[in-house]
Amino acid sequence: MLSLRNLHARVGEREILKGLSLEIPAGEVHAIMGPNGAGKSTLSYVLTGRPGYEVTSGAAELDGVDLLTQAPDERAARGLFLSFQYPLEIPGVPALTFIRTSVNAQRKARGEAEMSAPDFLKRARACAADLKMDFDMLKRPLNVGFSGGEKKRMEILQMALLSPRFMILDETDSGLDIDALRIVSEGVNALRSPDRSLLVITHYQRLLDYIRPDRVHVLAGGRIVASGGPELAHELERDGYDKFARAA
Amino acid sequence: MNLAEAIRLRDSSRLPSRRDEDWRWTDLRSLVRTLPEPSPSLDAARLGPGPFEGICETVVTLANGVGPVAIEVSAGETRTLALRNVSRGDGSHAAHLRITVAAGARLTLLESHEGDGGGLSLLSLEVDLASGASCERLVIADGGTDAISLVDAEVRLGAGSEWAQTLLTNGARRQRLETRVLNPGDGASVRLDGIYVLSGRSHADQTSSVTHSGPQGQTVQLTRGVVDDQARAVFQGRITVEAGADGTDARMAHNALILSDRAEVDARPELEIYADDVACAHGATVGTLDAELLFYMRQRGLPEAEARSLLLASFLGEVIDRIQCAAAAGRMRAWLQERIWGSGE
Ligand SMILES: Nc1ncnc2c1ncn2[C@@H]1O[C@H](COP(=O)(O)OP(=O)(O)OP(=O)(O)O)[C@@H](O)[C@H]1O
Ligand SMILES: [Mg+2]
Repeated sequence: MLSLRNLHARVGEREILKGLSLEIPAGEVHAIMGPNGAGKSTLSYVLTGRPGYEVTSGAAELDGVDLLTQAPDERAARGLFLSFQYPLEIPGVPALTFIRTSVNAQRKARGEAEMSAPDFLKRARACAADLKMDFDMLKRPLNVGFSGGEKKRMEILQMALLSPRFMILDETDSGLDIDALRIVSEGVNALRSPDRSLLVITHYQRLLDYIRPDRVHVLAGGRIVASGGPELAHELERDGYDKFARAA
Repeated sequence: MNLAEAIRLRDSSRLPSRRDEDWRWTDLRSLVRTLPEPSPSLDAARLGPGPFEGICETVVTLANGVGPVAIEVSAGETRTLALRNVSRGDGSHAAHLRITVAAGARLTLLESHEGDGGGLSLLSLEVDLASGASCERLVIADGGTDAISLVDAEVRLGAGSEWAQTLLTNGARRQRLETRVLNPGDGASVRLDGIYVLSGRSHADQTSSVTHSGPQGQTVQLTRGVVDDQARAVFQGRITVEAGADGTDARMAHNALILSDRAEVDARPELEIYADDVACAHGATVGTLDAELLFYMRQRGLPEAEARSLLLASFLGEVIDRIQCAAAAGRMRAWLQERIWGSGE
């Protein structure tokens, strides 16, 4: 599904991804762990097309289609979603309005019919209930004045309503309390299916107890330096990144 | 310097120039070397619909400066009235209109400035609100890209009266909307809001001055605008609290977004306070659309133009939210949306 080959990318003058390769087949959940500043968020921005993140060589394909030549909104319409490490606030635009506009923009780009307002509202209510969010929060401007944990929950709500096919979660667990972590994880697991894949960036094993990964990768110094099964996460939790940092 | 005189006498040396402090950003003298011929007459009955069409029955039209010279709202009466100031052709004309609102009366004034051609027009309003009277003045000023359009309002308030104004404009070749309000205090309140959406080479100047001459008056002011291409916006807002006008509450805010390197915003907010126990504040910001925020919105699937338009509509829409007359607010919001989404594509 997602295929990254020898990806090099820089921000400004600085090279941050230095030959990153990764294959994530359909239906699988892969986790990326790695020290602060390793390039994890950079990878998520490169994949989603953030301006200023320049790919100097290598390839990134989603279902065999080159991602790198597409605008961020085209990538989104193809089913790529990023839950931001630091979600942004949109003053003056109610969450519901924003999400409905997004859903319909994606549908339009794919040549599908718009979702009607009542249908959308029904789905939004159901998703909010699943994530134990007060529906009134969705009437407020998106993320404005929300707590860190509320913003993360709002990211997952948007993800559920957009129903993407490839999902990147960048430290979705940070800022969530113990109950919220469980609720949000259940929300994410509900989206798992044979034709969807997930890339989970995290520092903590705990999230991976809820969202069980098929593979775990270590990202250090801009490359994947080790890969393994779920047990690798336990190993990292116990031993830290020392030996990998040296390898990188 | 006297605008009406300059136009009547066709004497351009009487036009304001950059040397006049209040006109330094809207210099007319260097623009108008010779004043155009007087405008020909225009058949008011043959104009198409105005931007507030259908909201109220009474429509007063000034066609190339010709029309009624006075509007009176008598005591206790409640009226909604459309005032159309229509200018066609390349001539020049000036009109003067006196509006009086008697004690306890309410007037909703739906004012439109509709221009095309390359002429020069001036409308001077002189407004008196008696005690306890109220007036909401809602203005759509679409000057036309080649015209010079000047609108001047002198407003005198009675005790406990209420003046609420919202200007909505996309500018003209040169456009100036000036409002001067005398607030005697004693519970009198003023709202002076404005929106500008400018593109191309258009110019819009929103200048205001409020003088608080007695205690316990209120003024709130919120102006927001967006400039693109090579457009230029001017905001000058002065609030003067005279000696003895104690307990005055005055708040002014001006926020602008600049969307292009060649666009310009000139802002001069001024508070002059000579009284005691006064609550005054002013805030001014000039910025650009947040690139990180635009990326976030695009990641959710919004094309760039749509993301920009959504941000602009919400930024400017907060000024519309403060309008009392719902029907007119709907019309102004639609007018605004058309300009934002139309230019964004
Ligand atoms: N806009 C930028 N300008 C300059 N350097 C940047 C920029 N963005 C990221 N970097 C640098 O790139 C490196 C990788 O940053 P990135 O955010 O990808 O790390 P990360 O692995 O996500 O770290 P964390 O675990 O702390 O979230 C860091 O050294 C960071 O300082
Ligand atoms: Mg990060």
